[in-house]
Amino acid sequence: MSLVSIFIASVLTENIILTKFLGICPFIGTSHREKGALGMGLSVTFVVFVGGIIAYFLYHYVLVPTGTEYLRTILFVLIIASIVQSINIIIRKKFPKIYELMGIFLPLIAANCAVLGIAFLMIDYQYNFIETVVFILGSGLGFTILIYIYATIREKLAQRPVLASFQGVPIALIIAGIMAMIFSRFGL
Amino acid sequence: MKKIIDGIISQNPVFILLLGLCPVLAVSHTFESAYIMGFCVIFVLLFSNLTVSLIKKMVPENVKIPVFIIIIATFVTTVDMLIKEFIPDLHATLGIYLPLITVNCIVLGRAIAVASKEKVLVSVQDALGIGLGFTLTISAVALMREILAHNTITIMNDLSNITGYKWIITVLPVNLDLNIFATPAGAFLSLGFLLAIFNKFFIKGDLHESS
Repeated sequence: MSLVSIFIASVLTENIILTKFLGICPFIGTSHREKGALGMGLSVTFVVFVGGIIAYFLYHYVLVPTGTEYLRTILFVLIIASIVQSINIIIRKKFPKIYELMGIFLPLIAANCAVLGIAFLMIDYQYNFIETVVFILGSGLGFTILIYIYATIREKLAQRPVLASFQGVPIALIIAGIMAMIFSRFGL
Repeated sequence: MKKIIDGIISQNPVFILLLGLCPVLAVSHTFESAYIMGFCVIFVLLFSNLTVSLIKKMVPENVKIPVFIIIIATFVTTVDMLIKEFIPDLHATLGIYLPLITVNCIVLGRAIAVASKEKVLVSVQDALGIGLGFTLTISAVALMREILAHNTITIMNDLSNITGYKWIITVLPVNLDLNIFATPAGAFLSLGFLLAIFNKFFIKGDLHESS
């Protein structure tokens, strides 16, 4: 697969939220406001980027040579948790405004399937280093775009009447379903 | 017993607590993969709650979460290796969602909220209740999707390596053939509608509070 097709697939047709269901929690939780959505998207992209590259080197240069691939789950979880913790501290100290918007969701990235899921996916797809970088950036971009579009829809939706039992998450999931239909058509 | 029923209805991890949506959406395309995912979650939840509850006094407060995550990841790796060895077809179907149980908010959430505070017996009951609630929910979503899309219920297909025969039921006389429900979009739609139905029948009062 060429780099361009990896990139386009990871942004649109194989968007991690809509086809792999990774990162649903922040998707449904933070995306009430456009600004928060953008910040969330960018910080997930950043964590995925740093975490993914470290995971790539650890997997191919430590786990595979020593024949301990089965340790990948434990190792990746620990790495990602520590990266998130450091980013959390940096944002709180340097960018208090962003921290206010999404403070409670930052620790959740540690337990966010998007970050760990992307690390597993790039290994399952057997990408080389450059392909991995393209894939990670594409996925992050896809995540950010989607969470942003979705937040704008939610903002408009807040002013419309919604059936009582559909309020909140059910309608959010149905919107996501409709978006998944639209995004899957990009492949044709 | 009451705790177990709580886990299924008033504390249902998916519909009420809105945790663990990722596997519910991802592996609910067949009934078989859904209930096996449920059993894997019950296994991990049970042993992680049990272990956490046993060692809760030895763990210092500030390294609580990393320790819990390692415990959970250990049991997830165990399940992962067992399934890879004995049911390789199923391992391929579940794919990355099996190791992703590690970051499933349900498991870590119960370890922090219940197992690190309560006695061993209470933690085990809680794990069983929440695990069963999860399994029933994911199975319900899978039933809806599989019947609408393929008009079948797959009880044993990947499992036939072990049991020796396949068991796939055809349900309705007419095949509805709504292929959309087999796709990711269908997963979102089914869960959205089921959640709305659940809200309608089991939740009284302010909906915004609970969601």
